[in-house]
Amino acid sequence: MFERLSSGVAVTFTLLVLSNPASAAEAALNGADTAWILTSTALVLFMTLPGLALFYGGLVRANNVLSVLMHCFAIACLASILWLIGGYALAFGDGGSLQAWIGGAEKWFLLGIGPNVLSGSIPEILFVMFQMTFAIITPALIVGAYVERIKFSAVMVFSGLWLFLVYAPVCHWVWGGGWLAGLGVMDFAGGIVVHVTAGSSALLLAKMLGGRRGFPKDLRPPHNPGMTMIGAAMLWVGWFGFNAGSALAANGSASMAMLVTHISAAAGALTWAILEQWRFGKSSLIGIVTGMVAGLATITPASGFVGPLGALCIGVTAGVVCHFAVGWVKQKIQIDDSLDVFAVHGVGGGLGTLLTAFFAAASLGGVGLAEGTSMGQQFGVQLIGVVAVLVWSVAISYIIVKAVDTMVGLRVEEEDEIVGLDLIAHGERGYDL
Amino acid sequence: MKMIVAVIKPHRLDQVRDALTAVGVHGLTVSEVRGYGRQGGHTEIYRGAEYQINFVPKLKLEVAVSNDLCERVVEAIREAANNNQIGDGKIFVIDLEQAMRIRTGESDNEAL
Repeated sequence: MFERLSSGVAVTFTLLVLSNPASAAEAALNGADTAWILTSTALVLFMTLPGLALFYGGLVRANNVLSVLMHCFAIACLASILWLIGGYALAFGDGGSLQAWIGGAEKWFLLGIGPNVLSGSIPEILFVMFQMTFAIITPALIVGAYVERIKFSAVMVFSGLWLFLVYAPVCHWVWGGGWLAGLGVMDFAGGIVVHVTAGSSALLLAKMLGGRRGFPKDLRPPHNPGMTMIGAAMLWVGWFGFNAGSALAANGSASMAMLVTHISAAAGALTWAILEQWRFGKSSLIGIVTGMVAGLATITPASGFVGPLGALCIGVTAGVVCHFAVGWVKQKIQIDDSLDVFAVHGVGGGLGTLLTAFFAAASLGGVGLAEGTSMGQQFGVQLIGVVAVLVWSVAISYIIVKAVDTMVGLRVEEEDEIVGLDLIAHGERGYDL
Repeated sequence: MKMIVAVIKPHRLDQVRDALTAVGVHGLTVSEVRGYGRQGGHTEIYRGAEYQINFVPKLKLEVAVSNDLCERVVEAIREAANNNQIGDGKIFVIDLEQAMRIRTGESDNEAL
């Protein structure tokens, strides 16, 4: 090496030979894209910690607030480790002959993914990390279904199994080159992958777990609506990373995704507030922020495909449909999905996925459907995606809940439920009461 | 001496304090309490679901006064706390046996 350095010709030759693979990689890596996805990754983690945790924490009784924060935090840690071990491999690794159904033939423990390996125009390890934050928030969304009465051990075992058995396969079907991707399903940022999986599993789990003591007539109201608003506002900001980051590039698609995300959030929030004013005579803070989350969940699958006016329509529709879905779940079928995970996320994510078939069309201001595909055909594909994932999520969650019940049990004792999970499960108090 | 105990709506506290100062009361103890009377609580609506609030937040005032001041203090509290609505609160008057100022050891009316 040093001998060659003495000769100019040799230096040139050496550089050419040694740096060729690296320079090919550098040519494909885009610094702007990488910088934006690094930022988006931080934003999406911020959605869970502390956004979602505070959003949920304010909605429970004062003696359960820490348990909810703890659930979100612990799930974030657990999902991160499981994503490293095998979650990413199952979702995004090549599946060989089983590729339509599941990945996992490679990339366990992220082996072989060095800093120079690219995924599109960004490092694959960044893609791993970005997707990890999605794998964190999705099981954390389900927390809202079982607050105030579940065992902490059940939370951990359920979330771990659910990540591998529900989330990773569905993620593979839609984003990892699986069968739904083959059908041409459109899910930009996770209407199906995140919100339908979490929402439908939440409803099933709430049904199997049973309602909180006193449900539905004799419950205590949310202990801190202000905390809920703070968390919701963090979700709104974080969602820019979630949706605009899903463009996986710093470009016009990301920019449009951010705009439509914002418009849908605002439209959903106002719609919910107006409905409350009309039905109950007062617009509430909890109502307006719930409408915001509904607007965000609903625009998620559509965010890279629709235009601003499509987003306005989607946001308003989300506010109306999710608002009435809350009452339907709690009062009509009387399932104590305590913080309305299904009504807001499941219904919103599914609704947005279906509406994408229309508002993505160029005639309605979207980027356009695939060549030769009509709205009706795309709607059929979207419907297959939503229904198949809903059925899968409910069926597999049922098995997981049964297994968890056998292994560690689901519910705390009634007396412990009265005292509250903060003291019972964690030995701490959020407030001096 | 009398101990006057009043349960009032929280947002009326400032008016009551001004009224008591005007009639010459120099001390007052306030506690945040919850309870119900004829008002029987109220309902709050979150995400379309009604929640029954059985124990309504109130303030409890305790004022120790001399016998000759008692009637005027009761009337002052009533006027200042009156909203002419159910839930405005109640005033109780109790005989007070003894009072003592800790710093000086003065007792009874001199300690008030």
